[in-house]
Amino acid sequence: MSDRRHIAAIRFGHGLRLGGSPPADPLAWLDRQLAATDPPGGATSAQAVQARAETIAQRQARDRAGAAAIQGGAARATDQAEPEAAGRTPLGILARAELVRWARQRLASETPFRDRLADFWMNHFTVSRRNGPIGALPATLEHEAIRPHLTGTFADMLVAVTRHPAMLIYLDNHVSVGPNSQVARSGRRARAGLNENLAREVLELHSLSPAGGYGQADVQELAKILTGWSVAATEAPYSFTWRPMSHEPGDKTLLGRRFAEGPDTQEVALRMLGTHPATYRHLAVKLARHFVADDPPASAVRVLQETLRRTDGDLGAVTRALIRLPEAWDPPLGKFRTPMDLVLAAGRAVALDRPELLLGGLTALGQPLWSAPQPNGWPDQADEWMGPEALMRRVDWAYTFAGTLGRVDLAEVTQAALGPLARAETVGALRGAGSVRDALTLLLTSTEFQHR
Amino acid sequence: MSAPIGTAPHASFAPTRRGLLLGLGASLAIGRNRAAFAQALGERRLVVVLLRGALDGLHVVQPYADPALASLRRALTLPEPGQEGGLLDLGGRFGLHPALAGLHGLYREDQALIVHAVAGPYRGRSHFDGQDLLEAGAEERLTSGWLNRALQAMPGTGQARPGLAVGTGVPLLLRGPTPVGSYAPPDLDRPSPDLVHRIAALQDPASPLGQAFREAMRSRGVADGVLGATGDAASQDGFARLAAAAGRLLAERDGPRVAALEIGGWDTHAVQNLRIVAPLRALDAGLMRLRQALGAQWSQTAVLVVTEFGRTARVNGNLGTDHGTGTVAFLLGGAVAGGRVAGDFPGLTRDALFEDRDLRPTTDLRSIAKALLRDHLRLAPEAVAQAFPDSAAAAPKGGLLRA
Repeated sequence: MSDRRHIAAIRFGHGLRLGGSPPADPLAWLDRQLAATDPPGGATSAQAVQARAETIAQRQARDRAGAAAIQGGAARATDQAEPEAAGRTPLGILARAELVRWARQRLASETPFRDRLADFWMNHFTVSRRNGPIGALPATLEHEAIRPHLTGTFADMLVAVTRHPAMLIYLDNHVSVGPNSQVARSGRRARAGLNENLAREVLELHSLSPAGGYGQADVQELAKILTGWSVAATEAPYSFTWRPMSHEPGDKTLLGRRFAEGPDTQEVALRMLGTHPATYRHLAVKLARHFVADDPPASAVRVLQETLRRTDGDLGAVTRALIRLPEAWDPPLGKFRTPMDLVLAAGRAVALDRPELLLGGLTALGQPLWSAPQPNGWPDQADEWMGPEALMRRVDWAYTFAGTLGRVDLAEVTQAALGPLARAETVGALRGAGSVRDALTLLLTSTEFQHR
Repeated sequence: MSAPIGTAPHASFAPTRRGLLLGLGASLAIGRNRAAFAQALGERRLVVVLLRGALDGLHVVQPYADPALASLRRALTLPEPGQEGGLLDLGGRFGLHPALAGLHGLYREDQALIVHAVAGPYRGRSHFDGQDLLEAGAEERLTSGWLNRALQAMPGTGQARPGLAVGTGVPLLLRGPTPVGSYAPPDLDRPSPDLVHRIAALQDPASPLGQAFREAMRSRGVADGVLGATGDAASQDGFARLAAAAGRLLAERDGPRVAALEIGGWDTHAVQNLRIVAPLRALDAGLMRLRQALGAQWSQTAVLVVTEFGRTARVNGNLGTDHGTGTVAFLLGGAVAGGRVAGDFPGLTRDALFEDRDLRPTTDLRSIAKALLRDHLRLAPEAVAQAFPDSAAAAPKGGLLRA
C-alpha cells in the first residue's frame, strides 16, 4: 500500500515536494482536494484585455511613426524599428507576472491534483500565445472559467470558457459578424463577416468531436448563433460584451434543433452540446488517456462515460470515479511524462524556488506555457514526446538543471521524487556517480522519473 | 529556442533585459561603484578548473620509469615515449597522456607545471564530500569556498566583480560572502558521453523509451557499446566554449580577475583506457582556447587544475580504477614557472602506497593554492589564512611562479 501513496502524488499530482510526506490515505487525500478551494488568481481578464489594448495601440503608434520617418526620407528609420522588448509592454509585463505566478503556485502547491485537473482542462480548452498577442489571458481563463468548474458540470465549464474573453479573442469570435447583421448591412466594416473558428473548435475539440456526427452546416449555424458574443477589446470595460448589431438575425438549426435569434440562445446551444452523449464519450476517452494509459482500456472509458451520462456531466462525480478506477493505479508509471510533468516534478523534488528555471525548462523541452501550436492543445501520448532529439534535450536539460542547484541531499531528493518506486539499479547508479550533478542527472533521466 | 539559465551573456555584467525578465537579476553581477578602492588588483588573472569525478593522476601523468607500474596497472599502462600512441615525455621519468598534446606544448614552453602525488586533507573516498572539502578549502564542511573568501581581500576592477563563475551554476568554490558574477551560454549544457552511457544503461532496452534512447544516442553520434576516442564532439566543445568565454571575459581591462569552471567525466571505473580520452581531449582543447582568448593577458595568468582525489593504484577487474587518494594537479600559464614535474613522488612499491591501495599524497593541495594567493594575487598572510583556515601545516609552496 505504501506504493499507492506515492503513485497518488506522482500520477494525480506533480510529485512530492522535497521533505513532504506522501499522503497517509491516498484516496482521501485526492477527495479532499476535490472539495478544496483554489488559490486566488492574479490579474483579471479585464486587466489582461486592457494591457493588450494598450500594447497594440503603442505598437500602432510606433509603426505610424516609423512609416512617417521612412516617408520623410529619414535615414534613422531603423531607430524606430528596434526590436520590441516584449517584456516592457503592458501586455508583456502582465504576462510575465502571471507566468511566474503559475510556476510559483505549482511548485509550492498543497493541492497538486487540482493543478493537474486545471491543466488538463486548460489543455482541453487550449488558448495559445502562438496565434497573436493574448498576454496574460490564459491565466485569467484558468482562474475565471476553468477552476471554478473543476467539480461542477461540464456544460457550465463549456459556457464559461466559450464566453470568456481569452477564448473569444483566441478563436476570433470577437470579430465575427453575421452576414445579415446590421453591421454587415451597413457596410461600415468592409471585411466584416462570419468567422467559423470558434464554432468549429467547440464542436470538434471541446464537445462532440468528429465522432459526434455533425456537418459543415452545423459549424456555420453554430457560428451564426455565436455572433454577437464579443469582447470590448479596445475600450472599457475590456470584458465580454454582447453586440446585437453583429448578431445574425433569424432562426438557426443546429443538430436538427431550432434556435431563435437573440442574446440567450448561445448558452442554450452550448448546453445542448455540453450534455450530448458524444461529448461524454469524447471526455471519457480524454480523461482516461490522461490518467490511465495512452490507449486506455475500454472498461475504464465505459465507467467514466456512464458516470457522466448518469450525472448529467458532473465533473466532480467523474473525477471521483476516475480515482477509483483500479486501472488508474496499476500498473504504476504507465504514462510518459510530458515536459510540463517532468519539469514540475523535478522542481518540486528539489524544492526549487526559482520559477524562471521552471518556465525556461518548459521552453527548452518544447512545451512553453500557454503556447500550444494549435487549438487541439499539447499531445497526451508518449509517441509525440519521445523523439530522439526530444529525449536528448531532456538529458541536456536535466544536466543543466542539476548544474544550477546548490548542494542538495540526494537521498532526500530521491525520496521525494520516487520513494519506493526508485529501482535498485537507479539507486546504485546514483551512489556511483562522479558528482552530485551527475547523480541528479541520472535521477531525473531515469526511466521511472520519466514516467508518472 | 532554449532558455537561458543563469545567463549573463554580456561581459559588461549589466543585467540584460532578458536576464531581468527572467528574474535573474539577483544572480548576476550588477556593476557597482568600486571607486572607493584605491588599489586595483592589477593585471594578474587566476583561473581554477575543477575536474569532478576524480582524475586518475597515475594514468594521465604516468611514472613510466617506476618498475612497479606495469604490475599494478597492466593494460592501463600506455606505451613509453617514442612508441606509437605512446606517452609524451616529461623529462625521462614521467610521461603525459597523448590526448593532452596542447598541455604538453605548454610544458615544453615552461608554462606548465605538474605537481604529482597531491591531495587535499580529505581521506575519505566519497566524491561529494571530497569535492565539498576541496572547494571549501578546509577539513570540515563550510558554506563558502576558499576562492570566494580570497576575493574578500581583493579590490574590484572598475565595473565588474572580480570573481566569475563560468558555467551553469556557481560552484561552492566561489560561493560565499563576496558577490560574484556568473556566465553561461544561453543554450543547454551537454553531459559527457560517459554520463550519457550511464543514463542509457538505466533504461530498459526492451521498452519504447529504451529503444528511443538508443536511437537518440545514435543520432547524436554517441556510439553504442564502448566509448572511444570519438566521443561526442558537441559535449567536448561545450567545455572549450566555456573556457573561451572565460578567457574573453578575463581579458577585458575592467573584467573579472578570477574565474572558476568545471568539467566532469573522470570517474572511470571501467574501460578507463577508452573512456578517459574524450574528457582529456575536451580539457586540452579548453585550456588551449582559454590561452588563445586571454591573448596578451596569458603572460599574467595562472590556471590551477585540480580534482577531488585520485584513483586506486591497481587496475580493477573492469579495466578501470576505483576511488583513491593521491593524484596530480596542473598549474599552467605565462606566470607559472613550468617545464617540470614538481612534488615528491613516493613511488609505487607496496610499502609506499597509502593503505596498500592508493598513491600516497605527499603535497597538500592547499599549499599550492595558498602559494597562488600569496605569490600570484599578492594577498596578505591574513587574507590567505582566511581563505584556508586551520592550515598552518600546509605552508605555501615556493617557486611555483616566475619571479
